Amino acid sequence: MSALALSRIGHAYFGRTVLDRIDLAVAPGEVVALVGPSGCGKSTLVHIAAGIVEPLRGTVAARYHRHAMVFQEPRLLPWATALDNIAYPLRLSGMRGRARRARAEAAAARAAFDTIDLDKYPVELSGGMRQRVAIARALAVEPDFVFFDEPFTALDAALKRRMQDLVIEAARGAQFAALFVTHDLMEAARIAHRIVVLDHAGNGVAGERPLPGKPGEREDAAVFATVQSFLGTDPLFRHIHDVDERKVA
Amino acid sequence: MGAALSRLGRTGSFLWSAWSGLAALALLAAAWQAGHEAYGEFILPAPLDTLAAGFAILSDPKAWNVALLTGKRAVEGFAVSALAGAALGLAAGYSPATLRLARPLVTVLLGVPPIAWIVLAMIWFGSTDGTVILTILVSAGPLVFVGVAEGVMTRDRGLDDMARAFGAGPVRRLTTLGLRHVAAHLFPALVVALGMGFKVAVMAELLANVGGIGGELARSRANLDVAGALAWVTIAVAALIVVEYGIVHPVRSEFERWRAAARPWGVKR
Repeated sequence: MSALALSRIGHAYFGRTVLDRIDLAVAPGEVVALVGPSGCGKSTLVHIAAGIVEPLRGTVAARYHRHAMVFQEPRLLPWATALDNIAYPLRLSGMRGRARRARAEAAAARAAFDTIDLDKYPVELSGGMRQRVAIARALAVEPDFVFFDEPFTALDAALKRRMQDLVIEAARGAQFAALFVTHDLMEAARIAHRIVVLDHAGNGVAGERPLPGKPGEREDAAVFATVQSFLGTDPLFRHIHDVDERKVA
Repeated sequence: MGAALSRLGRTGSFLWSAWSGLAALALLAAAWQAGHEAYGEFILPAPLDTLAAGFAILSDPKAWNVALLTGKRAVEGFAVSALAGAALGLAAGYSPATLRLARPLVTVLLGVPPIAWIVLAMIWFGSTDGTVILTILVSAGPLVFVGVAEGVMTRDRGLDDMARAFGAGPVRRLTTLGLRHVAAHLFPALVVALGMGFKVAVMAELLANVGGIGGELARSRANLDVAGALAWVTIAVAALIVVEYGIVHPVRSEFERWRAAARPWGVKR
């Protein structure tokens, strides 16, 4: 039984088809990396899966209990402190007072966000800290499914690595499944159990590859070798670095 | 404890900022004094004399009733325009078709001079509070409307999507994101609308002959009592300052704390 099953998903913006006939299933506890060249519609697909965008065709079957999402930008409320930002989804679900605060603080700790910064506003935080708040906000709802939409693209290499480790740890600890959109194969190879490649024109899923080992237990050299073999010999990844600037969100 | 301390600190810095306000008023008084010395007692009475005349007027309980009457009308008109403008602005901001229809109407409403509205309102309502309040509504309401509609339109759709991803329905998105964002645009519009409310109230009272500060100004004019007229103007301005800095600004700074946090050092507004 899969936690998330997308079947025959199709979508179009203003009559131009960006996604067509997408079938994708994610098992409970499984982290699936969704890769594809720029503009192939992977972001749209994850927005559809998360219920933000209504698909034109097809169905989304969600059999998980509660989902959360981390976006490319932190998307924090500028008028709320870090703590209130982390607690925002809890506030939406009607949790009050002390319990909400305790849950938000626990989530901040899991995202390695320093307690003394909890009363700061997003403008006072660095880019990495803001993204930590966004991750903590997602962890706060204790999700069993998390959508990641290129969450670390704007971060520098070292920070990116630490954030990836954070997600790997959190996914292992909380046993959540995840759909992780990225255009960075190294990131996909570190974080996921399986890589799914979207067709360069959004026309179905081009193919998928299982990744050897488990996330968090792979040696850097092995990850690098996997990515090299994908890029060098695997025809599935031939178009991965094609740039097509059809600007679709 | 920390929250109480930070509140105390913010209140203190707000009160302390009154010094710069006083400095500006003192500069104005100096220019006024220079004008007085150049043109003489009749054209422009000295600021201190005006102040004394103002205090003399306010020592009479009847004068307080006059000032309170104007204040009540101004605040009533302001409240009606704030509510109507904000409600319609929200509706228009969320519905582009409504906004497209409303924009030309706003231009028409703002294009008609308040004095023309006073004449019309006097014909419709006679010499009553209704005349004053209607005039304030048509001159200040559109300002609030435009401010709120702009606020709704400039909202961050990314935050809306984020809230939707965490399961917020349209009502929750409006209450937790939309209104909060609109508040930032609403408060500057409210400050302008409040000032407009007081000015239009005095003007409407003067023309419609319904008492209040405007009525007293009309009498001062009839008696060529320049000091009295200036004293009443000073009282009207003082009433505006009390409402603006006593209510509107504290509420606004409470909403805008995060902006102040963005610049921890240097001169604050």
